Amino acid sequence: MQDYKLMLDAYKKSGGAPEAFKDSKIAHLVVHKNKVLGKHLVEGLIIVPEETESGINVILTVRKGFRISTPVHLCFGIIPEEGRQEINIQAKVEDNVRISLLAHCVFPNAVKIQHIMKANIEIGDNAFYEYNEVHFHGEKGGIEVIPQAKIKVGKKSQLKTNFSLLKGRVGVFDLDYQAEVDDEAVLEMITKIYGYGEDRIKIKEGGRLTGKASRGLIKSRIAVRDEAQSEVVNEMIAEGENSRGHVDCVEIVQDQALAKAIPIVEVIHPLAQVTHEAAIGRVDKKQVETVMARGLEEEKAIDIVVGGMLK
Amino acid sequence: MRSDLLILEGVSLKREDRLILNNVNLKVKKGSIHSILGPNGAGKSSLAYLIIGCCDYLPDEGNIIFCNRNVNSMPIWEKAQMGLTLAWQEPARFEGLTVEDYLSLGMKEKNSDKIMEALEFVLLDPQKYLKREVDRTLSGGERKRIELASIFTMEPKLVILDEPDSGIDVLALENIVEMIKTLKKRGTTVLLITHREEISQIADRTSLMCSGLIVKEGTPEEIAQYYKTKCIPCPEKIFPADRNNTDKKKVSEKDARL
Repeated sequence: MQDYKLMLDAYKKSGGAPEAFKDSKIAHLVVHKNKVLGKHLVEGLIIVPEETESGINVILTVRKGFRISTPVHLCFGIIPEEGRQEINIQAKVEDNVRISLLAHCVFPNAVKIQHIMKANIEIGDNAFYEYNEVHFHGEKGGIEVIPQAKIKVGKKSQLKTNFSLLKGRVGVFDLDYQAEVDDEAVLEMITKIYGYGEDRIKIKEGGRLTGKASRGLIKSRIAVRDEAQSEVVNEMIAEGENSRGHVDCVEIVQDQALAKAIPIVEVIHPLAQVTHEAAIGRVDKKQVETVMARGLEEEKAIDIVVGGMLK
Repeated sequence: MRSDLLILEGVSLKREDRLILNNVNLKVKKGSIHSILGPNGAGKSSLAYLIIGCCDYLPDEGNIIFCNRNVNSMPIWEKAQMGLTLAWQEPARFEGLTVEDYLSLGMKEKNSDKIMEALEFVLLDPQKYLKREVDRTLSGGERKRIELASIFTMEPKLVILDEPDSGIDVLALENIVEMIKTLKKRGTTVLLITHREEISQIADRTSLMCSGLIVKEGTPEEIAQYYKTKCIPCPEKIFPADRNNTDKKKVSEKDARL
């Protein structure tokens, strides 16, 4: 019970609403290290967790035709300073499904923690799958986060991922999401991270638009300061007839921080198109001066500009 | 008690040995609209950045006095807290910052009613705009109006309006003029920077600027007259109606530098 309470406290600090875990209409899963502390399901949703030595294996299924009206709340984390959590997810989202997941990963005291998430997600046809992941780390930076996902998006389906790590130190972060998008399906991947201290951020996101008239957007917003470093590799491949992709990366660098952006765009079908934009630089001087001209000091003005970009 | 809210005494600004502003003297009376009229490249925006204190715009010579205080090296935010601000010619765009956030930046305490009022003041529907981001999705005209609305919520003592009419369609021009007049009525002194003589006409006083110099100061009518009789022809943007008579107006450059 103590772990459960501590997890929910950390969840609240990360911006989550713990009352969701008491609401019978909202499905949830709470996992501390390799222990399932809470689980509640709603009709159409099946979650089968299996505890392993260093984490859990989860089979998640959303049955055909079910539209889950409220976001499914997931809470993963480790409360002690040290530990390892490996989460393997096999998700099958059947045809004509609508589901939104809100995952909070909390490591408030991390000194030596490794969090690995490997997901295989298969989305059927005419479905909507949204995965929002919010991380909350402590201030010590002793954490390594490795999220990996392979996703197949079925015909006329929509996949949205939104990853944000804006509270606490990032530590070492190495994300790799790859998605394959079928006919008339839509992919949208957004990542927002704020690194400082000696944080190391590595992001690799790829979209393969194999389907006819498929659409893809990969968007990254990264801010680094102090001696933090970031590297973003965004890859979009357009194979399908009339497929359209766009890659958009903005990184703001302050102090001694370093940032690198590598957009890779490839067009295989003659009727396909991919565009990209990438910008790395200091905080825009004019933006900062504009805010300062309303009476805010420079540091606060920079926070507003950077905070807006990461919002 | 001086009635001049802003005074520039012999202000000069150099860029790599090039004189951008040359011994500029200016007095802006409290509660007035004072326009700076001049062609593109005359140094008007540089003057605005110098007064407000933008990075790299410190005067090489002279004094900027605001509210009886020398503010030469004062940072922008401190001047803004004193009540001196700028509405930019091409205002910055902000990803993730809503119109509501932006309009509340200059307010001592956030006041939702006042934010709504400000949007109505610039003829933007609050329901449509409040939660929109001040980003690239706004048109140039919308962004300019939001800039003016931010002045309305801030209620500065003095605002420099840098080309408030640029990017605004002809039909909306009248609105902009009314908005500037309203700012004055509400107690804000306006330093209006423009290259259009018809906008300059709403001012109480006008200074004609050319090549970094204030060439002449007077009423808007006097300045118009001065140009017609004494000044070398400037780009037609200032006095478009007179562009067919430029030959008659040619005088020596020496005369222009009176």
